[in-house]
Amino acid sequence: MSQDAIDPSRRAWVGIACGAGAIGGVAVAVPFVSSFAPSERAKAAGAAVEVDVSTLKPGEMATVEWRGKPVWILKRTPEQVESLKKTDSKVADPESKRKPDELTPEYARNQYRSRKPELLVAVGICSHLGCSPTAKLQGGAQPGLPEDWQGGFFCPCHGSMFDLAGRVFKNVPAPDNLEIPPYVFLSDSKLLIGEDKKA
Amino acid sequence: MAEFKEAPPGSSLAVQATTWIENRFPTAFAEYKKHLSEYYAPKNFNFWYFFGSLALLVLVIQIVTGIFLVMHYKPDANLAFASVEYIMRDVPGGWLIRYMHSTGASAFFIVVYLHMWRGLIYGSYRKPRELVWIFGCLIFLCLMGEAFMGYLLPWGQMSYWGAQVIINLFAAIPFVGPDLALLIRGDYVVGDATLNRFFAFHVIAIPLVLLGLVVAHLLALHDVGSNNPDGIEIKDKKDPKTGIPLDGLPFHPYFTVHDILGVSVFLMIFTAILFFAPEMGGYFLEFNNFIPADPLKTPAHIAPVWYFTPYYSMLRATTDPMVNVLCVLVGVAAVIAFWKGRISLVAKVGIAVGAVVAIALLKTFDAKFWGVVVMGTAVLILFALPWLDRSTVKSIRYRPGWHKFVYGVFVVVFLILGWLGIEPPSELKTLLAQAGTLYYFAFFLLMPWWSRLGEFKPVPERVVFKAH
Repeated sequence: MSQDAIDPSRRAWVGIACGAGAIGGVAVAVPFVSSFAPSERAKAAGAAVEVDVSTLKPGEMATVEWRGKPVWILKRTPEQVESLKKTDSKVADPESKRKPDELTPEYARNQYRSRKPELLVAVGICSHLGCSPTAKLQGGAQPGLPEDWQGGFFCPCHGSMFDLAGRVFKNVPAPDNLEIPPYVFLSDSKLLIGEDKKA
Repeated sequence: MAEFKEAPPGSSLAVQATTWIENRFPTAFAEYKKHLSEYYAPKNFNFWYFFGSLALLVLVIQIVTGIFLVMHYKPDANLAFASVEYIMRDVPGGWLIRYMHSTGASAFFIVVYLHMWRGLIYGSYRKPRELVWIFGCLIFLCLMGEAFMGYLLPWGQMSYWGAQVIINLFAAIPFVGPDLALLIRGDYVVGDATLNRFFAFHVIAIPLVLLGLVVAHLLALHDVGSNNPDGIEIKDKKDPKTGIPLDGLPFHPYFTVHDILGVSVFLMIFTAILFFAPEMGGYFLEFNNFIPADPLKTPAHIAPVWYFTPYYSMLRATTDPMVNVLCVLVGVAAVIAFWKGRISLVAKVGIAVGAVVAIALLKTFDAKFWGVVVMGTAVLILFALPWLDRSTVKSIRYRPGWHKFVYGVFVVVFLILGWLGIEPPSELKTLLAQAGTLYYFAFFLLMPWWSRLGEFKPVPERVVFKAH
């Protein structure tokens, strides 16, 4: 066997067969890998939610579920709205310029990051690693928070801090502001979270 | 094929049966000899050599208890938490099986960390055992995956948020990250799809790979032979007549009996934990995990289970200032290589360009991404150990005295990092974790340099062994 001369045509066909086999093998992997992607049912589950905000008193916060994520609705008091001016210099991206298409809809690219200054609507998921920050709405020195704390959100996982407009502080692990979901006011008291075209 | 053997006339039924099987399945007999009755292990094995066989024991415990847990567990986001509680309360003996599995997970990491430590101090990863070490590192990776995915299954608060954080680590990878995280979760948040696939990986995919790797680890070990506390090759001194290493003893019966001692002591400790402290004060089973998963509320303090915390600390330590420190270190390393390195000019220019690119990348991407890189590298760097260690002797016994100090500090740093990973973050603790992270990496990355320094002691010809 070893003394026979190498038959180049057989070699070529062996090579072609191996190549074809490899292509087939990779092709077979396609359905398996694609089965990891979200199913049609998971994609369809992202419907918008309607929320009644008329019962919310100033300083109160409600959490609703949208696409499996917590969405906070915070009715800010005038003092809390005022505090955003003080945190302007402490936050990393005061005007929501980073990744605007993903994080901040056009109508929220302001200091309040909201349609109405008093009503904050934000996805309560930290931009660091996806924990849900804790609301620390009360101002003043508290353990783990800066002494001139104006009220805001604190992520227990890695210590990231956000102000009352969901703007991320400088020098914390989280790189970006909290996501503002698309939303629209259906009336003064009705809010639709998940869509902003309907009006 | 071997000759057909004949049992001597008038031999017992047992001998006849053995001969009958041996004629039809000689592999079983050949392998028994190769791996047990004629595998010669060094006679100077000490305490540290218990942990290999103990790891095998824990693997068996995990597989057997796992099979029984699957009989009652339901991998469904609506049913999972309740089915675990059902196992704990209603299934006869279920609580014991479940605690064996959860305690076994922690025991696995204790045993494996000690097993790796043994390899580290006696140079068991050095030539010709590089592949044994690499198979071992792959087993360690599989174990981490197995532990992480298994931890999601009880569907408690820690399960849920732990998985959320770790999967989001992948989202930090530039360009492909968010899509990759989506593929892992199978949904936009951790949900039923995630639970189901983690179940499949935890009970089928990874255990199969793990078993294959354990076999490869053992076969490669038995091909090159075991190292020993003196770090010398027993195969160099063989009995000229029999060809058996003079300092070797057959694994069976000598080390099988020896390991029974280790197993007995291990099981005493294991069962003590199992019956008296299965939660281990919140370290083996975290208290928050007795609350069902709530996607709307993160627990006030989340931390991974203790065996991941050293690496988790390194992740948390990588903040913006830390990235700046890394930039400076890359620069300093490049300058030293340029100035002192005995390498060609082309290589020097290459290093300088590489350093500039590295610094540019460090400043381009988020600290969050580099945290993930640091954590991943901290595990993967273990693979490079056989090539990082340049000392002339394998065992710590014959290395310069101060090497012991370097190794000792390494252990202390690893333990401190582990403790910090459980604690909530604070400024001082972050600083401590950053210092620890730098020591961890300096230990490995500077090893080619420091492992050659100092006065090495003469290595004996034969193993040091006192009969008792």
